[in-house]
Amino acid sequence: MNSSTLFGISTMAYILAMIIYITYLAFRNSQVGIAATTVTIAGFVSQTIAIVIRWTEHYAQWTMMSPESTFIVSVLRSAPLRNLFESLIFFVWCLILGYLIIELKYKTRSFGAFVTPIAGLALAFIDISGMSKEIEPLVPALQSNWLLAHVMMSFISYSTFALSFSTGLMYLILKTDKRTESSYIFWTVTSGIFIVVLFAMGLDYLSFGLAIKTPETLIKSYLFKASFLNKSVAVSIFSLLIAVAFIFMVWKYGHILKKIVGSFSISAEMLDEITYKSIAIGFPIFTLGGLIFGAIWADQAWGVYWSWDPKETWSLITWFVYAFFLHSRLLRGWRGKKVAIVAVMGFIAVIFTYLGVNLLLSGLHAYGSLE
Amino acid sequence: MEENKNKSIIDKIWNFFASITLAVVLFALIGLTSIVGTIVEQNVAPEKNLKLLAKFFGDSNAPAFYKILDSLGFMDMYHSWWFIGLLLLFAANLIICSLDRLPRIWKLAKEAIKPLTDEQFKNLGKKELVLKGKPDKVKETVGTAIKHAGFKFLEAKEATGYQFYSEKGNYTRLGVYITHLSILLILGGAIIGIIFGFKGYLNLPEGKTYSVAFAPGGFLSREEESEMEAIIERLQATEGNAKEAARQFGVDEKTLRTKMKRYGIWPLGFSIRCDNFLVDFYKGSNMPKEYRSWLTIIKGNKEVFKKSIVVNDPLTYNDVTFYQSSFGMVPNAHGEFIMKITPKSGAPETRQMHRDDKFIIPGTDLQGTLKDFSPALSFDANNRPFTFAEQMNNPAVFLEFSEKGKTKYSGWIMKRYPQTWGLPDGHTVEFVDYWGVEYTGLQVRKDPGVWVVYLGCMVMAVGLYITFFMSHKKIWVRLLEEKNSTRIIVALTANKNRTALEAKTDKMMALLSKSDGGGKQ
Repeated sequence: MNSSTLFGISTMAYILAMIIYITYLAFRNSQVGIAATTVTIAGFVSQTIAIVIRWTEHYAQWTMMSPESTFIVSVLRSAPLRNLFESLIFFVWCLILGYLIIELKYKTRSFGAFVTPIAGLALAFIDISGMSKEIEPLVPALQSNWLLAHVMMSFISYSTFALSFSTGLMYLILKTDKRTESSYIFWTVTSGIFIVVLFAMGLDYLSFGLAIKTPETLIKSYLFKASFLNKSVAVSIFSLLIAVAFIFMVWKYGHILKKIVGSFSISAEMLDEITYKSIAIGFPIFTLGGLIFGAIWADQAWGVYWSWDPKETWSLITWFVYAFFLHSRLLRGWRGKKVAIVAVMGFIAVIFTYLGVNLLLSGLHAYGSLE
Repeated sequence: MEENKNKSIIDKIWNFFASITLAVVLFALIGLTSIVGTIVEQNVAPEKNLKLLAKFFGDSNAPAFYKILDSLGFMDMYHSWWFIGLLLLFAANLIICSLDRLPRIWKLAKEAIKPLTDEQFKNLGKKELVLKGKPDKVKETVGTAIKHAGFKFLEAKEATGYQFYSEKGNYTRLGVYITHLSILLILGGAIIGIIFGFKGYLNLPEGKTYSVAFAPGGFLSREEESEMEAIIERLQATEGNAKEAARQFGVDEKTLRTKMKRYGIWPLGFSIRCDNFLVDFYKGSNMPKEYRSWLTIIKGNKEVFKKSIVVNDPLTYNDVTFYQSSFGMVPNAHGEFIMKITPKSGAPETRQMHRDDKFIIPGTDLQGTLKDFSPALSFDANNRPFTFAEQMNNPAVFLEFSEKGKTKYSGWIMKRYPQTWGLPDGHTVEFVDYWGVEYTGLQVRKDPGVWVVYLGCMVMAVGLYITFFMSHKKIWVRLLEEKNSTRIIVALTANKNRTALEAKTDKMMALLSKSDGGGKQ
C-alpha cells in the first residue's frame, strides 16, 4: 500500500471520528464513545504508517539522485516535512496524538468533537486547495539539519496551540450567558465567520474544482469567486446576506451549544487548566524551535538572523499574543473569559503565520512560495 | 515637602514602567503595528505599494494614503523612530518590571522552610495514612521513603511525634528573570550588530578578486560616481586597507571612511577571489541540488585560506562571513571553454579554448573546431536546437570534426550529460566548464553582536525550561503518635504543576502503606 492511500484512509477516519464524537456528544452512549476512540486510533495508526512510508519514498529518491550521501544525511534530508502538504499532515498527526494523550489522561471524550474537526478540516483543505503532493527533490536552501528541528518543533507547538484553541472556545461557550456579553459575541461571531469562510471555500472548490491547480491559484484567482466576489452583483449581495444571517443565527442560538457542552461532565476549571497547560507546553517549544532555531538557520543560510520578513514578523506576533496570554494571568481581573479570548486569538495568529502569510500575503505581493 | 513630591513623581514613573499593564499594552502595540509592516511591503520602490494601496482605497486616493503612511515611516517601519522607540520602551519595561519584583521573589527563594503549625496543616490540603508502631519505630521507614521521592529533609521533634520538612527547586522561581534577561541580551546583541556590524553583498565573477563589499546605496551624480570608482580602485590595490588608501589619496583616514560610508563601500581588509562557481543538478532532472562557489582569501599577496561554500555552509575569515546567496551571468563576458580530451587509447589532456578555436585529438589527424555555444540547450519537436534560458541550465558546445580538410562529423556536447561526450571513433571529449562568465552572489556580513544574540538564545532556552517545566516544591510530613500506631500527615505546596507533586506524594504513600503490610488510609 502506498502512502497516499493510507493518508486517504486516515482522512476518512478522522472525518468519521468527528461525526461519531458529535453523536457521542449528543447521546452520551459509552459504546459510541469507544467507537469514536477506536476510529481515531485507527486513523492515527494508518497516518503514522503513511508518514513512515512517505519518508522511505523520499529516502529512495534522495539516494537515487545523490548517491554520494551517507546514510544519516540521507535519512535526515528525507524527512517528510518539506512542503505545505507534508507539514499539514504532520500538524494533524501531532494534534491527534496530543488529543489522545488528553483523552487518556483526563478520561474524557468530550473534546473529541472539538479537536477532530480541526484535523478533518486541515486534511480536507489539502484536497480542496489542490496543493502539490508530489515527491520533489529538496531545494538547496532546505538542505540543512535545522529543517527537521525547526519544522518539527514548530508544528508540535502549533498542535498544542490548536488544543488550547478548542478548550478555550469550549470554555467561552460554557461560561457566557447573555447575548450582549462581549465574550459571547466574540465566540459566536468568530466561529460564525470561521464556518462561513470554510463553506465559501467549499463552494469555490465545487464551482471551479478542476481549474484550481495550486493553493495559490485558489487564493489569487478563485477565492470567494463563487460567493462574495462573484461576477454577478446579485449573487455576491445574496451570499453576503446569507453569511450575515448565518452569523446572526449562531449568535442567536449559541445557547444550544452551551446546553450540549454544559450537559457534559467537563468543568470550566478543567478547560481553563488544559488551555493553560497546552500553551505552557507549546510556548517554550515554539520559542525555541520556531523562533530561535529559525533565526539560527536563517543566520547560517543567509547571514541574517532576523530580517522582519512577513513570516518572521507573524511568528513574532503569535509569540506576543501567547506572551500576552501568559502575562495576563498575572493581571487582576484577567482570569477566565478574557484569557480564553486571548487563547482563541493566539491560534488565529498561528493559522495566519502558517497559511495566511504564504497564501494571502503572497497574493498581495510576491513573497514566498509554498515551501 | 518638596522632596516628598519629587519622590512621588519618581515613584510614579517607576510604577508606570514596573506595571504589567504597560507590558500588555506594549505587546499589543508592537503586535498590531507589526501587522501593517507585513502588508505594506518594506523598502521597495513606491510603485509597488501604490499599487497595493490602490487595491484597498482606489487609484485616486492611493497617492494621498501613500504620503501619509510614508511620512509616518511605514515604508521602512521596523527601522522607524517610533517602532524602535516601542522596542526600547519594551526593554525598559522588562528591566524595571523585573527589578521591581526581584526582591520579593528572591526572598521567597531564599527563605528557609519551617515546620508547619497545626493551623497551617489544616489550611493546606493534606493526605493521611496510619502505620503500625510508634513514631520512633516508623521514623526511619518514612525518612527513607521521602528520600526515595527525591527530597532531602530536616526534622523537628514535636510533643506527639516528629515533623519532617523539605523543599526543592527554590531557585526555579528565578526562571522568569532568566528568560527576561535573555530577551535583553538578544536586543543588546542586535544593537551591537547595528552599530558595529556591516551587512552587504558582493557579486564576484569567476576568476576576479575583490577587496571591498557593497551596501545598497542611493542615487549618485556623475562626479560622485567617478569619485566612488576611484576609491574602489584604490582600495582594490591596497587589499582593502583604508589607512593605506587614504595615505595614497593624501587625505586623512576619517575623511575617506566618511566617503566610503556614503557610497556604501566597505573594505574587507583582505581580498577574496572566486575560483569557480557551479550549479549542480539532481541526477536526471532539472532541479538544482547545490550552488557551490570555490573561494580563496588572499592577504599580503598570499593565498591564506580556501573553502568551497554552499547555501547553509558559509565561509568566515577575520570575522567577515560570506554566504552563498545568488548567482548570475556577467554581461558581455567572454570566458574560456575547458575541455578534457581523452583519445581512444591514451591519457586525458585538459585544454582551454575560445570560440572558433581548433584542436587536435592527440595521436590522430582528427581536428575539432568549437563552432557554437548555448548556455541552456534544448531541442524542439523537430529536433532543432534552441536556447531556453540565459542561465547555464544546460551548457553545451557544438563541435565539428574534420580529417585532412574534410568534415567528418559534428554535434552538440552537453556538460551535464556524459552520454554526449563520446565521439564515433571512440575518443571522448568532455565539456568540463565554460569558465569566467558567471558570478557568484555573496552576502557579506560582519556582526560582532551575533554571539551575544546566540548567548541570549541559549539563556532563553534555559530560562524557559526552568519557568515552564520546573517548580518550587515544599513538603511537610508529620508523624503523630496514636495508640500503638503512627498517623502520617502530609501537606504540600508547589508554585506550579501541583498535580505532579501530588502524584509523586501519592506514590510515596502507597509505597509506605505497602511496606507496612497494608495499613489503612
